[in-house]
Amino acid sequence: MGKVAIIGVGQSTFVRSYPGSIRELVFEGFKEAMQDAQLSTKDIDASVVCSAPEYDKQRSPAGVFAEYLGLNPQPTFYVETLCSSSSTGLKLAYSLVKSGLHDTVAVIGFQKMSEISSSESQERMGRGADIQWESPFGTMMPAYYAMYAKAHMEKYGTTLDDLALIRVKAATYGQLNERAVYRKPVEFEMFSDPENRMAGPVASPLRVGDCCANADGSACIIVASEEKAKSISKKPVWILGVGAASTSVNLAGRDLFTGLTVAQQAAQQAYEMAGVGPKDIDVAEVHDCFTIAEMMAYENLGFAKPGEGKELIRNKETYQEGNIPVNVDGGLLSKGHPIGATGGSQIRTIVLQLRDEAGDIQVKDPEIGLVHNIGGVGLYGNVTLLGRG
Amino acid sequence: MSKVKEADDRFKKFGTVSFTSITKTNDFVDYLEDNKVMGTRCKDCGTSFFPPRADCHQCLASNTEWFEVSGKGKLVTYSKLEYAPIGFQDDVPYCIALVDYGDYKVFGRISNDLSEEDIQVGMEVQTVVNTLPNGQLNYVFTKA
Ligand SMILES: [Zn+2]
Repeated sequence: MGKVAIIGVGQSTFVRSYPGSIRELVFEGFKEAMQDAQLSTKDIDASVVCSAPEYDKQRSPAGVFAEYLGLNPQPTFYVETLCSSSSTGLKLAYSLVKSGLHDTVAVIGFQKMSEISSSESQERMGRGADIQWESPFGTMMPAYYAMYAKAHMEKYGTTLDDLALIRVKAATYGQLNERAVYRKPVEFEMFSDPENRMAGPVASPLRVGDCCANADGSACIIVASEEKAKSISKKPVWILGVGAASTSVNLAGRDLFTGLTVAQQAAQQAYEMAGVGPKDIDVAEVHDCFTIAEMMAYENLGFAKPGEGKELIRNKETYQEGNIPVNVDGGLLSKGHPIGATGGSQIRTIVLQLRDEAGDIQVKDPEIGLVHNIGGVGLYGNVTLLGRG
Repeated sequence: MSKVKEADDRFKKFGTVSFTSITKTNDFVDYLEDNKVMGTRCKDCGTSFFPPRADCHQCLASNTEWFEVSGKGKLVTYSKLEYAPIGFQDDVPYCIALVDYGDYKVFGRISNDLSEEDIQVGMEVQTVVNTLPNGQLNYVFTKA
């Protein structure tokens, strides 16, 4: 059985409120990926559409997009794992190609979060948790991650300053990313100024500056068989490992609160499949929906030992010039987090890095890149390893 | 004459806003009204469940009995919310928390009687029934 490649990547600019419909939003990411791969719609054998359906007014969007993108009569279907939907889509596309069922598959992630109001969207995010036993208490995503932050700080002495450093890093690169929602500089001092918005409380201990923003966006990844990739692509990037895991939705069913077991397990699977370890990773995109999420990712992916993630950010090891550059495209904290498109955007960043096409944020000669994409509050974990040539 | 059977939707009384009305664990609400917080235990294999379940994933039996969440648990972690989802704004600020009882854990809210200075990770708490201002029922953690 041959290898599986990514031969095209695209994403829309992520914005607060997209001035168009979801099919038009999706067209933007798709068009860029198709032009990148130099394919026509006839070359796509199947499409996998990925989003979190609670934001969609359109029922069953896959069918609508297949028509709008010119992908009829090829098969199309829909997958979701909340915020990691498009990484799950990539894993499915990998399986479809690896099995020999299809040669070329388009993974299309999108979210138009502005279809509903911000508070309504917060309520829906809360319902990404256990609606029977948790949501009646009034839960929100920031509060769940805040509980992990509290536990991490208590156990390991991680500080709010360490979390602020992660946001400062994100903003350093967000300023360079024309596709990002938040492009303003963020200074460390802002977090100690009670008048500053960044320092405003959300869910203790997390502050406004610790949280990413909602966004509208789309992304598209074109996956192809080895044979197809070699015949049409000058710079295929290879899928070396795909790991995925799940856990109890209710926090009462979990044992670890200083990290995400799904990330540990997905990483382990992906490393084993690729025959590599954390030290082999040259560049990574991690799911920094909150600053604490990036801190835990350092540890869950093995870039640092448990409790030592803070040393990485204090020593700037996760900056572009550091030992293990992480989220040098600004991350979710800068780009915004259009749920179903987020994983696709992360994958695109790593593919561009491995092709030496990342521009200002290019890290030096990366061979292997990692994508860590989490759904819900560590409910679904996906880790994907990509390699050049 | 056929009579329309009324739905047993007791569960809609759980929490500030309930998103579920019908469940096989509806008796949970009756117990709350009786001032008891209850979990379920599988009669076949003995596994304890909180939140309560009607079905056991260990042995696939659907043969459970109720037990009371009593005694002291340990506060694992918490967060104080300054914003709330729709329907919960009148409750702000409030703390959500997780408590470890050893055999099982309980997710819920910390009692408003506890000020933030009184809350420490690792402290011993107990779980008690609470009537919300809107007449709904939930449970909260208080100092043991
Ligand atoms: Zn059992």
